[in-house]
Amino acid sequence: MSVVVGYVPSPEGRAALAQGVAEAKLRGTRLVVVNTSRGDALVDDRYLQGEPLAALRDELAGLDVVAELRQVQDGADVAEDLDRIATEEQAELVVIGLRRRSPVGKLILGSAASRILLTVGYPVMAVKA
Amino acid sequence: MEALHQLLGGFAEAATPVNLLFALLGVVLGTAVGVLPGIGPAMTVALLLPITYVLEPTAAFIMFAGIYYGGMYGGSTTSILLNTPGESSSIMTALEGNKMAKAGRGAAALGTAAIGSFVAGTIATLLLALVAPTVVGLAISIGPADYFALALLAFLAVATVLGASPLRGLASLCIGLFLGLVGTDLLTGQQRFNVGIPQLADGIDVVIVAVALFAVGEALHVASRLRHGPVEVMSSAGSFMTREDLRRSWKPWLRGTAFGFPFGALPAGGAEIPTFLSYATERRLTRHPDEFGHGAIEGVAGPEAANNAAAAGVLVPLLTLGLPTSATAAILLAAFQGYGIQPGPTLLTTESTLVWTLIASLFIGNTMLLVLNLPLVGIWVKLLKIPRPYLYAGILMFASLGSYAVNADPLDLVILLVLGVLGFAMRRFGWPVAPAVIGLILGPVAETNLRRALAISNGDLGTLVDSWFSRVVLLVALVVVVAPPLLKLTRRRQAAEAEAVAHR
Repeated sequence: MSVVVGYVPSPEGRAALAQGVAEAKLRGTRLVVVNTSRGDALVDDRYLQGEPLAALRDELAGLDVVAELRQVQDGADVAEDLDRIATEEQAELVVIGLRRRSPVGKLILGSAASRILLTVGYPVMAVKA
Repeated sequence: MEALHQLLGGFAEAATPVNLLFALLGVVLGTAVGVLPGIGPAMTVALLLPITYVLEPTAAFIMFAGIYYGGMYGGSTTSILLNTPGESSSIMTALEGNKMAKAGRGAAALGTAAIGSFVAGTIATLLLALVAPTVVGLAISIGPADYFALALLAFLAVATVLGASPLRGLASLCIGLFLGLVGTDLLTGQQRFNVGIPQLADGIDVVIVAVALFAVGEALHVASRLRHGPVEVMSSAGSFMTREDLRRSWKPWLRGTAFGFPFGALPAGGAEIPTFLSYATERRLTRHPDEFGHGAIEGVAGPEAANNAAAAGVLVPLLTLGLPTSATAAILLAAFQGYGIQPGPTLLTTESTLVWTLIASLFIGNTMLLVLNLPLVGIWVKLLKIPRPYLYAGILMFASLGSYAVNADPLDLVILLVLGVLGFAMRRFGWPVAPAVIGLILGPVAETNLRRALAISNGDLGTLVDSWFSRVVLLVALVVVVAPPLLKLTRRRQAAEAEAVAHR
């Protein structure tokens, strides 16, 4: 059993990670941190590389729950990736971060969070940053 | 003095608000496409050609000049911050520039690249203004046979020198030459390779071929290998150039200019060789040999200056002889032809306002680029976050729209697609695209000159080597083809001997 956290380097991602750690402790399960990119843009700063990646690994290693970082880049949608990993890891709970979006912002960029909430086949906990 | 006087006239023309606006549009577009890998100034100008036919030539060429120079600037940004050269001529910049950015000196690297580009661009454009009338003076006296020799040199040099494999370059050139043959023979009116399709009697429009090979080919290529993952962006933060940096940069800037301009101006041009030479020279001359390979500022300053100087140099044969030596220059030649202007020795007299305005706008564009580039680096990098499917969908739409707009004939879209698949195959198998485009555009010009020369001499082939000019040029062409394989052979033999010695 595990708690799966969708992580991006942003306040929302941090909030989700903090909540995920708390949930994993509470349930006494493993923590799986997922960081994905569709890989279709040349630059994607939500996909961890270099120093931030090392910092996150250190942070996870310092936790008192068993934590694992999975980076996925297979061209699939975030929601699909999370669902697949949640299945593989026998997730009890999926934790993601949310933020307020303007109607125009939602129109232009499809909201990943709402897709995750609606399509992932496990209980999803949404945390506000 | 005459040249300077005319140049000032050009400034007066280029500094009108509308023309300044077109220059600004050009440099912004140029930098944007320079930043995006795979999309270069040649593709952009080709995509814009059908749209700009409604503009007057001066405005269009001012914009094209901005795109041309802007592309050179933009390429250095991605080289330094992402280690992904946007253009082939900024590969050398990536070597040291990215190391500098990794060491937290990104701002200094971007600074030396931008200021170096500006210095080199300004000097080289000034040289262009001074050299062009002289070259025209010489060029007036060359005959069709000499011109054919020059074109042959340009063909062979572009095909064998650019790109990794001379054979692939030559094959690509032949594709271009063949596509240039399609249509009506200008001298006899015979139909050639039109496969019974009446629309092909006018030949395949250059715009369609260029758009297909550059834009559609690239889009298909990117689509075929989309999931390549994001690359790491270096920060452009850190201190700007220090006095020490400036002291170490100015000599490489000047040396880079000295390499770039002549190489660009030779019919064997292109910006790749001078950037490479400049890098090698700086590496040899530097007082900090230990820094090379770990982010030496000289290794950014020299090649960046060289590629901008070469960009100006390429305009010398284009404006004085009508001889393109890079893909972008070839497209510019096509643009001239599209406006019914025949580039060649007479261009400077018949279209003197246009040419001098173009040269003046190069100065203006260069200054704009310097002002624009340094503060806006963050925005250029943001461009790279655009998901490529959206970007290339837009490009494909523009490509189809532009190709259809040329003749409003659906057949053109079929040709676009077929040649686009060809362009994809060329990329897939490592054939350079530039020789094909140059072959296509320069081929018919060369053919006309060859046939004219033969008509004058009543079919005597000896006329081709009658003048000293053509003899020298043909000899150089021969060297260009023969020398690299010979060099490779001797080097291989030496290596084999060295190995044999080592094994003993």
